[in-house]
Amino acid sequence: MSTSNVGKDGITGERPGREAQVGAGLDDRGLDDRGRGGGARRRRRGRRGEQLMVPEAEFTSYYGRPVLNRPTWQPLDIAGYFFLGGLAGAGSVLAAGAQATGRPVMARALKISSLTAISASTAALIHDLGRPERFVNMLRVFRPTSPMSVGTWLLSAYAPAAGAAAVLDVGGRLPRIGRAATAGAALLGPAVAAYTAVLAANTAVPAWHDGHRELPFVFTGSATTAAAGMALAASPVAENGPAVSAAVFGAVLETGAVKLMEHRLGMVAEPYRQGRAGRLMRLAEGLTVAGAAGAVLAGRRSRTAAAVSGAALLAASACTRFGVFHAGLASADDPKYTVVPQRERLRKAAADAAGGPPAGAP
Amino acid sequence: MTSLIGRNLLAGAEPDPAGDAGHGPDHPPRVGFFTDTSVCIGCKACEVACKEWNAIPEDGLELTGMSYDNTQGLGADTWRHVAFIEQGKPLGRAQAGVDHSTVDVFALAARGSGTPPAEAAVTPTTPGPPSPDGRTELRWLMASDVCKHCTHAACLDVCPTGALFRTEYGTVVVQEDVCNGCGYCVPACPYGVIDQRKDDGRVWKCTLCYDRLGAGGEPACAKACPTDSIQFGPLDELRERAAARVEQLHAGGVTDARLYGESPDDGVGGDGAFFLLLDEPEVYGLPPAPVVTTRDLPSMWRHAGAAAATVLGGIAAVFAAHGALRKGLR
Repeated sequence: MSTSNVGKDGITGERPGREAQVGAGLDDRGLDDRGRGGGARRRRRGRRGEQLMVPEAEFTSYYGRPVLNRPTWQPLDIAGYFFLGGLAGAGSVLAAGAQATGRPVMARALKISSLTAISASTAALIHDLGRPERFVNMLRVFRPTSPMSVGTWLLSAYAPAAGAAAVLDVGGRLPRIGRAATAGAALLGPAVAAYTAVLAANTAVPAWHDGHRELPFVFTGSATTAAAGMALAASPVAENGPAVSAAVFGAVLETGAVKLMEHRLGMVAEPYRQGRAGRLMRLAEGLTVAGAAGAVLAGRRSRTAAAVSGAALLAASACTRFGVFHAGLASADDPKYTVVPQRERLRKAAADAAGGPPAGAP
Repeated sequence: MTSLIGRNLLAGAEPDPAGDAGHGPDHPPRVGFFTDTSVCIGCKACEVACKEWNAIPEDGLELTGMSYDNTQGLGADTWRHVAFIEQGKPLGRAQAGVDHSTVDVFALAARGSGTPPAEAAVTPTTPGPPSPDGRTELRWLMASDVCKHCTHAACLDVCPTGALFRTEYGTVVVQEDVCNGCGYCVPACPYGVIDQRKDDGRVWKCTLCYDRLGAGGEPACAKACPTDSIQFGPLDELRERAAARVEQLHAGGVTDARLYGESPDDGVGGDGAFFLLLDEPEVYGLPPAPVVTTRDLPSMWRHAGAAAATVLGGIAAVFAAHGALRKGLR
């Protein structure tokens, strides 16, 4: 039975709307002695593992479910592209250097590997699209805030240059245009190798975004390692001196940038050390050191040693890219890496606003 | 539209995102949602209305075993998601352990539901005082989550095809005939909202019922919400209403009521869809202090430029050091 009714004259006995009295009690007794107790029961402790740089290891989550949606990118397509794009980009720089200093075998091998790698990259990128037939929609706009848009245009300029450099070298035609294409590919190559780091970092994925300062150096170092490995594997001992030096340069740059990144990331570096990503990153480091050492010790004397060292360096670069990729997935899957650093930032901001030292409790 | 030159459009407060996106000076005011979770009853009418209106496909009938929440989270096929959280905590001055054994329910039934509002402040049955011993502390939080339609929307910033765009209402919508499924928006979203529909390849998310807005209607979820937990309107009005509601709840003893995403000074420049929560955001599966990733993009491009220059310079130095091979070796 209700007191309101709808008739010809409209609604009668209507009850007025009002705000819901959520939390209102029968009286005010008991408010003081109960306060806000019992709030921490659903918290769970941070997992055991590396020493946490962030003191607040405790965090709350919604049934442990991730805050972020997992990247839909396929590892083979996208991490594979990171590797191949780097190999192509840095390879073009080495090819131009080899050509300029009278190392034709190395130059030709690297031009061919760059063309092959960038072709496979493009195929991988298109394959990864949910609607591959709509690939050309990438060329509707140019958007500096989208590294993928920037990269698409970059590839549109780089791939023809790398292709012309390789085809004209092998065909032996139009040497002047061939040299211009080689130079153009060498100038665009480092950008192709570096922008993929921004592609990964410009996301909400903690292990990628928080490493946005070091990740470009990790990627270009890894690209140099891969290209130097390809040069070692494909050129005669008489020509491969610069490849050995480039391998050392790339290995130092990559390994140093990874160490710096892991140090600066604090607890967000955990995904780079644990699980599948951790295994890949350790394997990458081992292969990088072994490949560079092999190249320095025996690469200039033995063709076989140079080839084996080169293969190790190529594998190392691939492991780094897959390692970084899987670390990102792991950091997106665990709400800890999203919530804890953000809480810490809020705590710091509150402490700064209060003007005192950081408080222990939020 | 004020000039775009010399302004940081990647982060910080931005009073008129629709105008800055190129909509003329007579574009409608920015609209959004204020979701007041304190009155959410977890009926999931919003989820159903959203699915019905937008013709979203079924996406699995799974039982999570964790709560009444079998929807689990926002995604390509879930544009409204109701979260359920049980806590051993009092809700303001509400008392769960009230003894009703002396209440004559038949007498109450005879009175009907027409309890005068003054007497109905707590419950129509208003029994005697609570027993001091049998008191339990339990509260059940329910909250309907949705796309936040950020002022600085990372999904829109990173979209390489222009499929995601800013509407004249200041909302963020995917053009399904343009999206090529590159998936970049998925990890870019700091809230985990937008996702790819697997058998379709494209990405999908809440449109704030762009089609209904165009016809002068309100979004389906807000229309269906029986308790006005989901309120739709011009964002300025909603912010005022929300501030008043928080004050009212604080006065009523619910001291942990707070607004989430309403501040134009937060990491995403304020949300077009904001919330009144009764606990920390992460309890509801929301990030406590999200920042749009493109805020750091200038720094990223600078570092990438430095890294590219390092490689170019380093390899050039290597060849310079080794020098040219003698022609005789050729």
